[in-house]
Amino acid sequence: MHPIISTLIKRIGLGFVSLFFVSLIIFSSLNLLPGDFVEAVLGQSRTEETVATFRKELGLDKPFHIRYVNWLSAAVQGDLGSTFSGRNASYANQPQQSTARTVTGLLKPRLYNTFFLAAMTALIAVPLSLFLGITAALYRNTFYDRTVNASALATISMPEFFVAYILIICLASIYQIFPSLSNVTASTPFFERVYLSILPALTLTLVTVAHMMRMTRAAIINLLSSPYIEMAQLKGLSRSKVILEHALPNAWAPIANIIAFNLAYLIVGVVVVEVVFVYPGVGQLMVDSVIKRDIPVVQGCALVFALTYIFLNLIADVISIITNPRLLYPK
Amino acid sequence: MSKLENQYSAKDEVATVFIRRTFFQRALITLKKAPFTAWLGMTIVFIYIFVAVFAPFIAPYGEAQIFKVPYAPWDEIHVFGTDRLGRDILSRLIYGARNTMGIAILTTLLAFIIGGGLGLLAAILRGWIDQLLARFVDILMAIPSLIFALMLLSIFGSTAFNLIIIIAVLDSTRVFRLSRAVGMNVAVMEYVEAARLRGEKISWIMGREILPNILPPLVAEFGLRFCYVFLMIASLSFLGVGIQPPTADWGSMVRETGELIQYAQYDITAAMTPILPAAAIGILTIGVNFVVDWFLYLTSGLKDEHK
Repeated sequence: MHPIISTLIKRIGLGFVSLFFVSLIIFSSLNLLPGDFVEAVLGQSRTEETVATFRKELGLDKPFHIRYVNWLSAAVQGDLGSTFSGRNASYANQPQQSTARTVTGLLKPRLYNTFFLAAMTALIAVPLSLFLGITAALYRNTFYDRTVNASALATISMPEFFVAYILIICLASIYQIFPSLSNVTASTPFFERVYLSILPALTLTLVTVAHMMRMTRAAIINLLSSPYIEMAQLKGLSRSKVILEHALPNAWAPIANIIAFNLAYLIVGVVVVEVVFVYPGVGQLMVDSVIKRDIPVVQGCALVFALTYIFLNLIADVISIITNPRLLYPK
Repeated sequence: MSKLENQYSAKDEVATVFIRRTFFQRALITLKKAPFTAWLGMTIVFIYIFVAVFAPFIAPYGEAQIFKVPYAPWDEIHVFGTDRLGRDILSRLIYGARNTMGIAILTTLLAFIIGGGLGLLAAILRGWIDQLLARFVDILMAIPSLIFALMLLSIFGSTAFNLIIIIAVLDSTRVFRLSRAVGMNVAVMEYVEAARLRGEKISWIMGREILPNILPPLVAEFGLRFCYVFLMIASLSFLGVGIQPPTADWGSMVRETGELIQYAQYDITAAMTPILPAAAIGILTIGVNFVVDWFLYLTSGLKDEHK
């Protein structure tokens, strides 16, 4: 078999293995709860019957591995169970469907919102950081390079909410150009949605561009020390020609890797930013549920985030396998 | 010593191994050569540490002392005003240095003890223990750590103790990878083999043979990990699931005073109130980064700038 294909299959297989273990961890988190989970949820007014019914409803009377398989097969079909907030002790002995809200129903519209925000950020951040990284490598050790680098270091070190608040003060409060609350709904028209999500997208852009730009610059500068670049320089080629035509093609693999890695990082950054701007996404839902300790919802959100994270990392690896011939021949 | 300032010199790099003898002299010489950013970073870090240690003497009021006027404006009595409950912002900022940094340092230390210890153990023992630990760490790292931390906090509850343990365990995975990787390079050296043949205990081999030789990357990593942990705790506190009130903490202070930001066009100082703790977080991270950059430059010769 061609080495590319076998490496790819191995990598994708590994991705599935980690998916399996991640789902196992997320599932068993429910069972890690100290004390009796059912009694904790139902609270003081519980009776023997409600406890038994609730336990049966959650399937807690069955052994662990059977529960896991049931949960997983339901999750694959898009059913992540029902939330705690939709029920309480008095509801527990009624049929599940009528009282409890499902996690999937809660997640779906928010998932769209979060991906919308992430996609919008990526559309701004990726071209911008490539441009800044390449030009900084091109004019390295100049005033331009130092300025870009220093501001990159500054934005990396700032917590997301700091950047977000500065943007709110400047662009939403003093000069009221953009709204500081991004309360989009499912019926918001496309352009208004873009307008409402500009500030959160801008915050995320500032946070991710710095890292991507520094890594792009480093990837290109790393290559500049290799003999074939020196050769090109000695031939008398111009600086921009050396970088754009000789260094850049070989830098694509690490750059693609960095971009995918940073998009995965966006997934985490999105949590804080969504809370600051009250943007109805998965991150905000997760934080709310953590505070309410609504574990099925937390599980669902964690699963969604972990899935995206693993998937993006997988894509990064696949791209670097495909674009880098050296990876095809290990050792 | 007629070499150029920026030139690479094998002699310099080799000489840094003999730190123990003339540590202070050497430190003085190195400090004199430190660039401006490193000085800036060190000054920032020292000021923060000083404020954290002497918080009760510097702060004008107590940590949770409540005054009559909530949301007091900036004036002589309350330099940065008061918060929703009427607590002095400046005092809480000063006490916050102690709480936020203390918890972050404790967490980083714990992460290094767990991750570093297991990493070195894996590097020495190899075999199935190494494989088991490495795969386990791979799985833990497949979930973004902020998400993982949020999930675990929802299960175990948000107490300072849980926070420290959870973040330390999640963060130790990175330390594990680093210490295992650098430890492996040293574990195959002849003198380690000799120590093993002498019949030394594993703790001796870990602590006396390998650790001193992998210290520089670990120290640099400690700085970076500290920043990371610090930002993560701040983010969690900001989200309301980290350090809980009434403990003064920068992350939760931003959260508590956040709504003041809407008044920026009427009173800019009021809007600056949530910015202050956020800036305190950012400035410390920048300072530590500067110091670590310089340290890395000194120890490993990351000199891409001069290529």
